[in-house]
Amino acid sequence: MKRILVGIKRVVDYNVRVRVKPDGTGVVTDGVKMSINPFDEIALEEALRIKERGGAEEVVIATIGPAECQQQLRTALAMGADRALHVQADGVVEPLVAARALLKLIEREQPFLVIVGKQAIDDDNSQTGPMLAALWNRPQVTFASKVELSDGKARVTREVDAGLETLEVDLPALVTTDLRLNEPRYVKLPDIMKAKKKPLETLPLNTLGVEAKQQLKLVKFEPPAQRQKGIRVKDAGELVEALKKKGLI
Amino acid sequence: MAAKVLIVAEHDGTKLNPSTAKSVTCARGIQGAEIIVAVFAAKPDAVAAQAAQLAGVTRVLTIENAANEHALAAVLAPQVVAVAKDCTHVLAASTTFGKDLMPRVAALLGTAQISDIMAVESANRFRRPIYAGNAIVTVETDPAATIVGTVRSASFEAAASGGSAPIEKASVNVELPTHTRFVSVSAAKNDRPDLQTASRVVSGGRALGSADGFKILYSLADKLGAAVGASRAAVDAGYAPNELQVGQTGKIIAPELYMAVGISGAIQHLTGIKDARTIVAINKDGEAPIFEVADIGLVGDLFQIVPELERLIG
Ligand SMILES: Cc1cc2nc3c(=O)[nH]c(=O)nc-3n(C[C@H](O)[C@H](O)[C@H](O)COP(=O)(O)OP(=O)(O)OC[C@H]3O[C@@H](n4cnc5c(N)ncnc54)[C@H](O)[C@@H]3O)c2cc1C
Repeated sequence: MKRILVGIKRVVDYNVRVRVKPDGTGVVTDGVKMSINPFDEIALEEALRIKERGGAEEVVIATIGPAECQQQLRTALAMGADRALHVQADGVVEPLVAARALLKLIEREQPFLVIVGKQAIDDDNSQTGPMLAALWNRPQVTFASKVELSDGKARVTREVDAGLETLEVDLPALVTTDLRLNEPRYVKLPDIMKAKKKPLETLPLNTLGVEAKQQLKLVKFEPPAQRQKGIRVKDAGELVEALKKKGLI
Repeated sequence: MAAKVLIVAEHDGTKLNPSTAKSVTCARGIQGAEIIVAVFAAKPDAVAAQAAQLAGVTRVLTIENAANEHALAAVLAPQVVAVAKDCTHVLAASTTFGKDLMPRVAALLGTAQISDIMAVESANRFRRPIYAGNAIVTVETDPAATIVGTVRSASFEAAASGGSAPIEKASVNVELPTHTRFVSVSAAKNDRPDLQTASRVVSGGRALGSADGFKILYSLADKLGAAVGASRAAVDAGYAPNELQVGQTGKIIAPELYMAVGISGAIQHLTGIKDARTIVAINKDGEAPIFEVADIGLVGDLFQIVPELERLIG
């Protein structure tokens, strides 16, 4: 079956103003709204569009994390994914561990395309996609803003610092998404009901033969340095004066 | 064990990217480190000569191969791993180049990566921003592991020039994949300063209303000798090209002067300008969050203020 695998992560919603816990052991997540990482939503949307165009027969979503992640998997199923895989893991899951787990799922599911977000907006690592492509020994195209598939190949445009770069890769391949690839659809109520009946399989991390090894010790968390309070000026003339005083013009 | 840091040079075939000089400064924070800059290219000589001039660099290695004409992560990663064989650290800038390449290197080495290093506390202890810069985490790695990291350019000054490190040819004997091919790159050519390194930046948001409306910023920027930036909303709407986006998912910059015009100041945007020396905000809404970080704020209609500024500066 022509299958696309999409990796998603449960993260603190992008609208939440994240605060560091007073004791410096982490950030406050209690009672905070959680969502699918926005880039992963874009990844899923792209997979669904490819399927709707006839370019794939099945879209499988996967996540690695604690039991609560199933909420996000259900949302993804409501968006239109066919099946969900939940790799159960508690505690910190480093990108390399996530990549190793996803590799096991690739071996099982044999997708021709894997799509993940370019970064998760919690730890902003931007690592899992390329790590997975390396372990899989397949091509990667990161920061995609356009994906075109033709027999056995993908032509992908990526947002790079210089502008837009286009690469051609042989399939199977991995793509990571940038913001302008698409605009994810909204979930409709009847789809939420239907999603409850879609298959969701739980696989404990250790049954995949992947060790939840944490290599980086998180020593302490701190709030960022605050900027000093600024001044207000009342018109363009005062602004120019203020800039002159600072030697900026 | 003495630290031996390999820095993967970023370049376009002829010019060394300024971010590499900042990675050198980051590496100099690791005590007693030997610093080796590796230039992977089809014709590495010109770039290697520039890297050799960076103060603090011990040695420059050139890895010449036609396959290295364009920076393809899948092609470069196995070569980086081969060259890094006895290195303690492997670093590259946290640009789209480094973000694409380094996780691939880390995975081949079986090691965790430290992204966006903003401070070096010791050879195996670093600080980095998370949650769009709303928290800073200190991380420590196993000192016995090879440390792979990307360097947040806005946190480091560029290494001075004036060095004269020896340049050596290195050959790597690894099989390179052919499954990834470069097709094209389209970069807008202009004479304005580069957004990532400019000392002044004029940036516009959704309020500019159209690509035409955005032109008033180009005109002001030219008067100031400034680069032009944009918010995501302005890029999404097609007012400005994607390479101008500033923020969590765009460019992280640290100019002397940053002028945010018609930008509300969403956290994802502010992440990109935290290290700017002076932030000026022009916005008609006095409650806009951009004013919380602005050193100089001006409440008003940008379509009146910007032309007037241009006249007063001109
Ligand atoms: C995962 C994710 C990543 C993101 N990454 C980025 C990123 O990297 N960079 C980024 O910028 N955003 C990013 N965003 C988007 C961000 O959340 C905001 O939506 C965006 O920054 C808003 O852009 P804006 O300030 O131009 O628009 P708006 O928020 O719409 O603000 C427009 C402002 O213009 C003012 N205005 C209107 N008319 C006038 C006038 N005539 N004169 C003066 N002022 C006027 C208004 O008062 C308002 O404050 C990201 C979002 C997500 C979810």
